[in-house]
Amino acid sequence: MSRELERRALLGRALAFGAAGLLTGCDYDNLQHPDLADRFLRAMSSWNDRVQAALFNPHTLAPTFPASAITRPPRFNAYYDRDQVRVVDGASWKLELSGLVAERRAWTLADLRAAPQQSQITRLVCVEGWRVIGQWGGVPLGWFLRRIGADTRARYVSFRCADGYYSSIDMASALQPQTILALDFLGKPLTPAFGFPLRLRIPTKLGFKNPKSLVALGVTNVYPGGYWEDQGYNWFSGS
Amino acid sequence: MRPIHPWPLRLMHWLNALAIVTLIGSGWQIYNAAPLFPFSFPEAITIGQWLGGAVAWHLAAIWLLVLNGVSYLIWGTVSGHFRRKLAPPGPRAIWADLLAALRFRLPHEHGRYNAVQRALYLAVIALGVLAVLSGLAVWKPVQLWWLSDLFGGFRASRYVHFFAMAGIVGFLAVHLALVALVPRVLWPMIAGGRDQGAVR
Repeated sequence: MSRELERRALLGRALAFGAAGLLTGCDYDNLQHPDLADRFLRAMSSWNDRVQAALFNPHTLAPTFPASAITRPPRFNAYYDRDQVRVVDGASWKLELSGLVAERRAWTLADLRAAPQQSQITRLVCVEGWRVIGQWGGVPLGWFLRRIGADTRARYVSFRCADGYYSSIDMASALQPQTILALDFLGKPLTPAFGFPLRLRIPTKLGFKNPKSLVALGVTNVYPGGYWEDQGYNWFSGS
Repeated sequence: MRPIHPWPLRLMHWLNALAIVTLIGSGWQIYNAAPLFPFSFPEAITIGQWLGGAVAWHLAAIWLLVLNGVSYLIWGTVSGHFRRKLAPPGPRAIWADLLAALRFRLPHEHGRYNAVQRALYLAVIALGVLAVLSGLAVWKPVQLWWLSDLFGGFRASRYVHFFAMAGIVGFLAVHLALVALVPRVLWPMIAGGRDQGAVR
């Protein structure tokens, strides 16, 4: 399926009141019939994806900060409230692999702990406009992708989460050296609220592109979309 | 006879108006997601209905603003518009015209900008450039880290972007109030008008 079809309409929610006046009678809520404003915004968002991919420099590192700059207490964020956080059983948890990878064997927590680790103190910028600074540690995604024999010429790396969240990133950003599969947060294993047992930490993208509590990783050339992306957030959302 | 406002200027003026209104309205909706100050903008005067819609409108309208704005700067330079109409006024000229304007004794001359007008137009062009640059710093604090650093980091860039917006909104308030006071200036910005020298 084409990326345009995959990417769901921005729908009525995206309509400016000004443009809405011109477009009464359109079925904003029907995915198959995006109205004129939806088509326009989607076309511009796709264009902005291409511009951001061109602007992305794989050698540009996200700024790092001293430990004194770490935001305390850390800020919880999800598409649900904190009391609805699902708790994953680490002992039985596995990261499933799919798509264009040579070795599809699922990875356990012990497997990931035995891999090379990297720690970073970086800034997480939310699409809402706030930012926090935190320390994350884990396995560089580039190392992991090569280790599983992923086709690094593929376009997308996709992620599925224990809470139903999902997202995807471009391969160039996936291979950026600060992009990690994080196991630790603030020097300790991730807590459920912050993505136990494994989350993506990618400081070159906005916060919602950092999915938590991963259960599956895929490598694909078929646009995978994302929870917020399918509702109208810009897909690339580079920082 | 020359028109008061040549057609490229009129076209760019109204395209700019469309871009600016869309950017400010969607920007207010984005602001509401994480307010910098203890107030939010009323939903009814924002554009986009939710954060995703507002970001989509904002990042679409910016292309119109930038392409139109660059066209304006090139056209203004090449056509001699800036040289003829927007020569930077000295502080004394601004002060004299401001006092006259506040006493309602500053005549409007079609096709000629007084010192206060020129100062305000130059200021709002500068604010537009500042808004675009600080917006880029908010949009790409990693890839354009040097721009972000120039404004003092991501958070400071947000404040600069906000105050640039506030300055532009302040300009718009004065701009629209003056059109309301002297409504005959509106039609020439639509149809061009005829430059017949000073009109009292």
